[in-house]
Amino acid sequence: MADYLFIDSEWDFATIDRTYRAIEEIALNDLKLDVYPNQIEIISSEQMLDAYSSIAMPLMYNHWSFGKTFAREEAMYQKGYSALAYEVVINSSPCISYLLEENTMTMQALVMAHAAFGHNHFFKNNYLFRQWTNAEGIMDYLAFAKKYIAACEERYGHEEVEAVLDSAHALMHQGVFRYRRPPRPSKEKMIEKRRRRAEYEEGAYNELWRTLPSGVEPPSATPIPDLDEDFGGEAKLPEENLLYFIEKNSPSLKAWQRETLRIVRNLAQYFYPQRQLQVMNEGCATFVHYTIMNLLFDRGLITEGSWMEFMHSHTSVVFQPEFSDRRYSGFNPYALGYGMMNDIRRICENPTAEDRDWFPEFAGKGDWAGTLKDAWANYRDESFIEQFLSPKLMRDFRMFALFDRADQSAYKVSAIHNEGGYRAVRTMLATQYDVGAADPYIQVTGADLKGNRTLFLSHDMHRGVPLHNQTKELVLGHIERLWGHDVKLEERAA
Amino acid sequence: MTHFVDRRLNPKGKSLANRQRFLRRARNQIREAVQKSLKDAAVADIGKDRKIKISTKGTGEPRFRLDPKSSGERDFVLPGNKDFMPGDTIDKPKSGQGGGGKEASDSGEGEDDFEFTMTQEEILDIFFEDLELPNLVRTTLKETPNRKWQRAGITTAGSPTQINLIRTMRNSFGRRLALKRPTPKDVAELEERLLAAEQESPVDAAEIAALKEQLAKAIAKRKWVSFIDPIDVRFNSFTEQPVPTSQAVMFCLMDVSGSMGEREKDLAKRFYMLLHLFLKRRYKKVDVVFIRHTHDAQEVNEQEFFYSRQSGGTIVSTALEKMLEIQKARYATADWNIYAAQASDGYTQSGDARTCVEMLNQQIMPLCQYYAYIEILDEREMEVFASEDSGAELWRAYRTVAAEWDNFATKRIAKPADIFPVFRELFRRTEAGRG
Repeated sequence: MADYLFIDSEWDFATIDRTYRAIEEIALNDLKLDVYPNQIEIISSEQMLDAYSSIAMPLMYNHWSFGKTFAREEAMYQKGYSALAYEVVINSSPCISYLLEENTMTMQALVMAHAAFGHNHFFKNNYLFRQWTNAEGIMDYLAFAKKYIAACEERYGHEEVEAVLDSAHALMHQGVFRYRRPPRPSKEKMIEKRRRRAEYEEGAYNELWRTLPSGVEPPSATPIPDLDEDFGGEAKLPEENLLYFIEKNSPSLKAWQRETLRIVRNLAQYFYPQRQLQVMNEGCATFVHYTIMNLLFDRGLITEGSWMEFMHSHTSVVFQPEFSDRRYSGFNPYALGYGMMNDIRRICENPTAEDRDWFPEFAGKGDWAGTLKDAWANYRDESFIEQFLSPKLMRDFRMFALFDRADQSAYKVSAIHNEGGYRAVRTMLATQYDVGAADPYIQVTGADLKGNRTLFLSHDMHRGVPLHNQTKELVLGHIERLWGHDVKLEERAA
Repeated sequence: MTHFVDRRLNPKGKSLANRQRFLRRARNQIREAVQKSLKDAAVADIGKDRKIKISTKGTGEPRFRLDPKSSGERDFVLPGNKDFMPGDTIDKPKSGQGGGGKEASDSGEGEDDFEFTMTQEEILDIFFEDLELPNLVRTTLKETPNRKWQRAGITTAGSPTQINLIRTMRNSFGRRLALKRPTPKDVAELEERLLAAEQESPVDAAEIAALKEQLAKAIAKRKWVSFIDPIDVRFNSFTEQPVPTSQAVMFCLMDVSGSMGEREKDLAKRFYMLLHLFLKRRYKKVDVVFIRHTHDAQEVNEQEFFYSRQSGGTIVSTALEKMLEIQKARYATADWNIYAAQASDGYTQSGDARTCVEMLNQQIMPLCQYYAYIEILDEREMEVFASEDSGAELWRAYRTVAAEWDNFATKRIAKPADIFPVFRELFRRTEAGRG
């Protein structure tokens, strides 16, 4: 037992490196994880604040809202209301994990297992990330975005750029393609379009009209042809991606403003999978760090002291307050995700009769690693919960479902963790994690490009729930700013 | 495969640009908050970092969100069932109370007020926003002998050492392009073609002649369109600029006779502090000279100035004399900007006011950038002397000085809340002040 990786809580680079290699050994050989190359960075607390005030990206364009987050987080941190995150990890290749310099060595080990292997494996393998995010390109794109926005600020002034960014940020959640990739016009089409545009401009110019005395209007020029004739054709209505639609069709935006919208839209799209994968992502990372730390301890590589320290931190991470607790703020994704994955392992190894009933495909088969890896690769929060949440876990969490109607003064308990309620509770919880259902469903239904250029939006209400009125007005203001003309939003019952 | 990177030594303040944008964005709220938080606080503290609490109004980031409270229906799952059975009902929490935390998850980000720390620099920026040193430019031009050379664009004439190569070559290039000066490559090509033509077996005389002519033309053109022409040449130009003196001395004059109580001194102190801070932001170096007087004047340190009391009559002119004496000995006008602030309750020995006016008019005002006279009254007197024209002897005498000199100001203060507005008024940025 003499060869502990570390004994003291102080760390240095040699120790981190040694520990990293031990963790890597377990992650790759025992757990057979598949990860991007790792880049591990040690940062100070101020840099950590920096990191998560600019939505956890190391490179980001400048905007006041990031400054606001920083000021708020800093005040919270200085007052001791909130501790800093132990780690931040970025879905890129190489996968960048930040370690806070104040962490003890045990915490550094935990964080490396959690971020550099848990999150990293998940980023590389989950189908949503694979389909939607370009891990190799994101850093370059952010560098471009930062430079572009800075250049715009220099050229057009801070206020102008800020206004566009403000408006675009307000639409970030309506700036993603949920079901399809953005249509990409073919190159020939682009060239053809440009040619037609130039042709039209030449054709519409007539030297004669300049000689008319002022006050005499030239006869109405040939109507402006739909330069974007793809309108109604290629750009099919309704369109759910508001930012995309405005970027392509707004009558008033300048080229740099369109590009700015595109940047915000691309970022929104980059983060969209993360919003659908909170539970799984954190669950996967937590499960991986728990398993790895366990193996390190079993193999006599870490001391009992650091084992206790790890358990202390682990249990507080996966703590789930009850709904009546003052600390309650929704389900803790770490707790739910870790709980479910741990439960899958239990079902694979020691199933009860109930488990065999519910999960005949893998109960008692023993291959928990394979089952989990399959889940990590092919599910998102909603489908994962719908598929894998077991009755035992619902009992452990003591889950119950409430039915709420706005015009009633009381909630009704509609299902609890009993035989009659398992399936209902599970489905409702899954729906709760369906980002598509949690975000208001807003679409562009039409735009009067030939007339007064009004933009028509619709909100398809789900079960009669309307938009919050005050924020609706504010956001509509932003849309009008981008669109340049009237915007009408109709809320309709689905 | 793995890289460890130590980022701790990376430059700090990466988010500074965002912070500035945020402060600018929330400027109005911050200004209000700063002034509120400073209004009653000890002025001595305004040079410190300070917590500022602002509302999120104006810095909100609206998003579309659902409002299940207003209408419609929904289901949601909670952890921690106690003993509810299906069909039970739970009363909804009264609005405003976090119903088991559910509201927090509905609305996402809380929209509460929030508190953050602003640095001294940032606070003073807002504090002294729009304030300007009066008459700075005019007097410094008159007074300061310090000058330095400063870039002043490009000229067509100058000494050869100041030639601006980039501009010169750009002009030359443009001119050569415009006049179609053949390049050496063009000439070489012509020569080659000529050589080739001459070596062809049936010699095409006409072509050779044509080529020869072309070549001669090209060579000639290269001669008369010169590579660099005098009209291309540009020079960096410099002009001499006066440098404002970057140090200032501030004379604080105060009557400490029996009639000035703690309250009066405290008010005076606040005013001096403000002035000191303000000057510190404008000058690299600020000296402060404290002169207290009763029937005679002494230079003292800050502690004595504010906290010791003397008995005796009141002769204001002694303080002015002392100030002149110190100024002559230590603060030459060539090197120092001179500011003076005098606080008094307005009483002086009869006849002394006239001496003061004379001294001010003839000796002191020509030296000073600015002279502020603050008369500290109690609130009852303030009502009596509501009009600027009425007042004690010293006040009336000083009014005549103020009429004569722009950079002489008189104000009355009765309570702490008056100080800042008066201060702002004294130093308001004016068009004249800029001139």
